[in-house]
Amino acid sequence: MKKKRVKNKSSFLKIGLVGNPNVGKSTVFNGLTGLKQHTGNWPGKTVSNASGAYTYHDREYLLYDLPGTYSLIAHSKEEECARDFVCFEEQDGMIIVCDAVCLERNLNLVLQTLEITKKAVVVVNLMDEAKKKGIEINLTKLSHILGVPVVGASARSGQGLTEIMDEVEKMSTKSPRGMDITYSAAIEKAIMPIEEVLKNRLSPNYNCRWLALQLLHSDECMQNSIKKYIAQDFFDDPILKDTLQTAKTNLLEDDITTQDLSNKIVSTLVKKAESIASQVVTYKNQNYQAKDRKIDSYITSKKTGIPLMILLLMFIFWLTISLSNYPSEMLFSFFHFLEPHVQNFFVNIGISSGFLSLLMDGVYRVLTWVISVMLPPMMIFFPLFTLLEDLGYLPRIAFNLDHCFRKCHACGKQALTMCMGFGCNAVGVVGCRIIDSPRERLIAILTNCFVPCNGRFPTIIAILTMFFVGFRSDLASSFTTVILLTGTILIGIFLTMLISYILSKTLLKGIPSSFTLELPPYRKPQVLRVITSSLLDRTLHILGRAVLASIPAGILIWVLAHVEVGGLPLLQHGTNFLNPFAELIGMDGAILMGFILGFPANEIVIPIILMIYLSNGSLVDFDNLLALREILISNGWTWLTAVSMILFSLMHFPCATTCLTIHKETGSWKWTFLSIVIPLVAGVVICFLLTSVVRLLGLV
Amino acid sequence: MKKKLYPLHCMQIGKKVIVRKVETEESIKRRLLDIGMIDGTEIECVLKSPFGDPHAYSIRGALIAIRNDDASSILVELKD
Ligand SMILES: Nc1nc2c(ncn2[C@@H]2O[C@H](COP(=O)(O)OP(=O)(O)O)[C@@H](O)[C@H]2O)c(=O)[nH]1
Ligand SMILES: [Mg+2]
Repeated sequence: MKKKRVKNKSSFLKIGLVGNPNVGKSTVFNGLTGLKQHTGNWPGKTVSNASGAYTYHDREYLLYDLPGTYSLIAHSKEEECARDFVCFEEQDGMIIVCDAVCLERNLNLVLQTLEITKKAVVVVNLMDEAKKKGIEINLTKLSHILGVPVVGASARSGQGLTEIMDEVEKMSTKSPRGMDITYSAAIEKAIMPIEEVLKNRLSPNYNCRWLALQLLHSDECMQNSIKKYIAQDFFDDPILKDTLQTAKTNLLEDDITTQDLSNKIVSTLVKKAESIASQVVTYKNQNYQAKDRKIDSYITSKKTGIPLMILLLMFIFWLTISLSNYPSEMLFSFFHFLEPHVQNFFVNIGISSGFLSLLMDGVYRVLTWVISVMLPPMMIFFPLFTLLEDLGYLPRIAFNLDHCFRKCHACGKQALTMCMGFGCNAVGVVGCRIIDSPRERLIAILTNCFVPCNGRFPTIIAILTMFFVGFRSDLASSFTTVILLTGTILIGIFLTMLISYILSKTLLKGIPSSFTLELPPYRKPQVLRVITSSLLDRTLHILGRAVLASIPAGILIWVLAHVEVGGLPLLQHGTNFLNPFAELIGMDGAILMGFILGFPANEIVIPIILMIYLSNGSLVDFDNLLALREILISNGWTWLTAVSMILFSLMHFPCATTCLTIHKETGSWKWTFLSIVIPLVAGVVICFLLTSVVRLLGLV
Repeated sequence: MKKKLYPLHCMQIGKKVIVRKVETEESIKRRLLDIGMIDGTEIECVLKSPFGDPHAYSIRGALIAIRNDDASSILVELKD
């Protein structure tokens, strides 16, 4: 009988995707749901749950893409998400994704998950990669041993997805057998009485054996989750307390402390995984990692590691700058050509002249600027960056730089969150969840905006081009831009480390904590897919954001420029007010106003500044960067203004979205406030010093 | 005869060793257990980062970077 479709979440079967980091969970998720969850070749790409639906044989499934985790004992925030889902959420089954190349390590999590629920399908992903490396896996035997269905897949090319859906469908009607794990006699003896107590108390939905085991050795974090998901007064039950106490005492008599117990439990699982792997995996080529080792010996070596990193950065900048010139010019001319037509259109539909000037001088100009100047570099930089990410290079950056972060008493993974910050600081801030230590995580959050995000990056490029390089598109001038841009970014990185150091000596005192960082194998990126998807995604995203931010900003500026108080437009009052202070740090009131009004989105800072200048009467046509430079110079810009502006873009305050994200991630207004104050103070101080020195020496 | 134990971070690249004692602080100890580093596990030092710290080790087929501070409290014996 066909089931009636109800658009109601409860009719969905809830399925979780769990697995080690970087095994292709998100890729499987995208393959099944058709969504576009971000994927990337490094552990920590997914840090929060995403869900999506798919329909198979008229049944609807709700799939949850969980952050990767090595075990169900959580160490960090992002792992907690995954752990709570597997252990406590009501779900109809799990898909456990494994990496075929490194199956043994992955089996540990499989075994842990099977302890909780037998409703599971194991997906051995990356079969293509394993095959290339001469690793064979006997899936039938694995399935036989584990007692749950096992599917081999190469999710990136879509192989195995149908089989996964098949098995999930079967699982939802009939629970597989599932293997049981037996511990040493002493531990088993301790589990039993607790399990009995729990069975009497809880509904049969709960896996009492597993819960009993957790009670014996769990940490505070797990206990909090138990309270949250089962019952607040869970631990107050006197019978449970008694039984637990007796069991723990008995264990102690066998010389097993709570700590030992945890270790024994994990060791049992690891050994089990080892024995299973030895039965199902055959290596035809013992030296299957030789190629990766060879590459790594250059990428991370003492001599070439750091220079290669900087060269790569410069190469990417160079490509970005030289390639984005052309589309930028084209867009400029196109919008310039379009302007009279748009204006005519508005006139024809009977828009009054006041409103017309609002639309054209305000909205149209801001919008077209953002599109022509901001969009091309973003569209070139990000696919390139995504390629590096897919390749597996980012964790190597963290590996190379970890020493510096350790010196600053911070976590090496901060380098990864900085890389994410290049895309968007808000994303970088969320990404800080991969850092286990709360202290080091806060440091990473507070300093993330010292890396210029894609809203500020093109601003910096544009100013560099206008003031320091000129407009010849020869090799020498683009090379100069690259050097200057790299220098700017290096200043940002240096400041990140300096501020991290200062923070860990003052507000966030502490010693560096321990962490492990996995360096994934290099993978061939799917160039075409990366380019098309990141082009499409990015373009739409950036356009959307630009429209959302620039329309209200355009309107606001226009209003401020046209409403007069005491004979002067409000805008003039504002810039006059800011002027004295702005002068001290090498800029002027209009620029500062630009930064303030650009708070919702950094992309619109320069357009706002231009509009302020233009609203003063000097209405000039601008159809390329050269014209813009003229406008800026006629408003008193010198090279000092340009440098100050670049430095101030690098450090002022995070944009509105980032601030909100910081508040969400830290749960505190105090830290949010600090995240605004720290870069602001840094920016003001540095610009002030620079300006004073330059003026003292009489250089401008 | 009992074999001599060395701290892990002293191992040269390419040396295969067997883990004997993990005496690091609890938080990282759990992580190391989770990725399969238990008594008797064979590991190999594979990479040293440009500044000499951290090193990366091959543990059950995965490449894991560990800071020298932490590796110094992991005791290993040479594999013959
Ligand atoms: N060769 C190959 N690469 C894959 C496959 N599945 C995923 N990948 C790549 O593995 C990396 C990690 O994938 P992702 O889905 O982000 O992993 P997650 O961290 O588990 O969500 C990405 O670079 C993917 O492109 C596959 O079946 N074959
Ligand atoms: Mg993912």
